[in-house]
Amino acid sequence: MELEPVIGFEVHAELKTRAKVWCGCSTAFGAPPNTNVCPVCMGLPGALPVLNEGAYRLALRTALALHCDIPPVTTFDRKNYYYPDLPKNYQISQNDKFLGKGGYLEINLGEAGVKQVGIDNIHLEEDAGKNIHPEGTAVDYSLLDLNRAGMPLLEIVTKPDIRSRHEAHVFMNSMRSFLKYLDVSDCKMEEGSLRFELNMSLRPKGSEEFGTKVEVKNLNSISVVLKCIDAELERQGAVLAEGGAIIQETRLWDDVEAVTRAMRTKETATDYRYFPDPDLVDFEVKEEVKQEILATLPELPVARCRRFEEQYGLSAYDAGLLTAQRQTADYFEDAVRLHNNPKGVANWIMAEALRWLNERSGGEEGEELTIEHFPVPAPAIAELLRLLDEGTITGKIAKQLFPMMIDTGKTPSVLVEEKGLKPLDDSALDPIVEEVIANMPKVADDVRNGKAKAIGALVGAVMKKTQGKANPATLTPLIKSKLGVE
Amino acid sequence: MKITPELVEHVALLSRLELTEEQKAQFSRELSKIFEYVEQLGEVDVSGVEPTAHPLPQKNKFRPDEVVPGLANETALANAPETEDVYFKVPQVL
Ligand SMILES: [Zn+2]
Repeated sequence: MELEPVIGFEVHAELKTRAKVWCGCSTAFGAPPNTNVCPVCMGLPGALPVLNEGAYRLALRTALALHCDIPPVTTFDRKNYYYPDLPKNYQISQNDKFLGKGGYLEINLGEAGVKQVGIDNIHLEEDAGKNIHPEGTAVDYSLLDLNRAGMPLLEIVTKPDIRSRHEAHVFMNSMRSFLKYLDVSDCKMEEGSLRFELNMSLRPKGSEEFGTKVEVKNLNSISVVLKCIDAELERQGAVLAEGGAIIQETRLWDDVEAVTRAMRTKETATDYRYFPDPDLVDFEVKEEVKQEILATLPELPVARCRRFEEQYGLSAYDAGLLTAQRQTADYFEDAVRLHNNPKGVANWIMAEALRWLNERSGGEEGEELTIEHFPVPAPAIAELLRLLDEGTITGKIAKQLFPMMIDTGKTPSVLVEEKGLKPLDDSALDPIVEEVIANMPKVADDVRNGKAKAIGALVGAVMKKTQGKANPATLTPLIKSKLGVE
Repeated sequence: MKITPELVEHVALLSRLELTEEQKAQFSRELSKIFEYVEQLGEVDVSGVEPTAHPLPQKNKFRPDEVVPGLANETALANAPETEDVYFKVPQVL
């Protein structure tokens, strides 16, 4: 019996505000421990929360961009549980009158087309503090930093619409790209500002019914989520193959063993006893605020990818690469506006700029470099392509120019002048061609006797002598005329 | 509504309270009485009335997204039962 996974996600994204969600403390990452704190976010008695309008608008912006229904009134509830990093002993969250309901995120599956992953709800809540576990065998305590407590956190709960590891991978990348396009979150997984929790069950392929699902926490990167999907496919598959039943539970990822483990029942005795937070008033979603936000939504990755394919004639793969980050797509369009050769510009960006960035990024989980870190600006790429397309420089010279542009920051025209890299004209090439023919009489004879392919060796020799400054398009006819062949 | 000793035990666990058998019996009696008293409200017909979270007519109370300096570290830690360096010290969290 072939089994298929049924996967849903709870996505947590820290919103990009200056201040925390219920108080004025700074959200800056990396501040000294316990300095971005106040009576509100430390949960001191008598302190009252007041909603940060910036956080509310970013949350609403996300809900609108995900095509959610926006209920007319949204309210906040207390989710009660005890944990040292939660100083109030409750988290202010939303239990039923969510900010957004329904909606979907479009993900681009390449040849399999575009899929809509449904959104169940989207709500605004607060982050918890950070526990620090000192090293040492005799240590029987933890330390607590409350700087993160009260940071605005957006939770996006998807429907169980994902059917494979691959779809899960595309979904997570798409969600990150989407949130960054919207400019609502930094999405730095290494700093914890974007987190994915997994819900997963298995069922016979083709079945309409859902199996029993488990929820997995402690997944701190996209690659870990993928490893966890593999591990759960194996574990749940084995249980079902033996005729066993999956227990509905929350499990923790163990990165060392690459397996999930059941949490002790005491920890999963979840009974959050939600009730409306009496410290916070109701929020009526005003139509004019909605319209104002809708008017500022950017073109989103999947739509932009589609437009790149149609408008610039790019392949789906290339358009996908160029639109994965908003900065790359902007860079591409800036360059194309200055020199209308979309395919040429696309190739240079992908082959040179993205490669340069990949070599310097910390990989999928590390610091993500964007094209803004690339030392060659869009106008310089456009100029390089123009010089190439006009025949002012050869392809070989263009390749040589590129590292110089990176190192010096100079424009290609300036470098061509400075380094004398213009192609040689025929009068300058003439003596060099004659010399090469004289030095390679055997090859020259082969060409004269009809071995057309042999001419490549002569072209190569001239290129070498001129350090690539001969234009191959005019060089071949020149050699032929010297040899008296057509 | 009868608040059984088992329910008291469950709520005590959720609230991380340790109760003696005697206290469980006592709270079960006392809480049952309180609930019975409050249950009188059930006699009012509230069909068609939207649930309210609070009695204030005020809505949409926001603060601007502006940073207000927080407390100095020493002040923040001043009332903590236990500290170490710049941190709160708490029982071990797994
Ligand atoms: Zn604060």
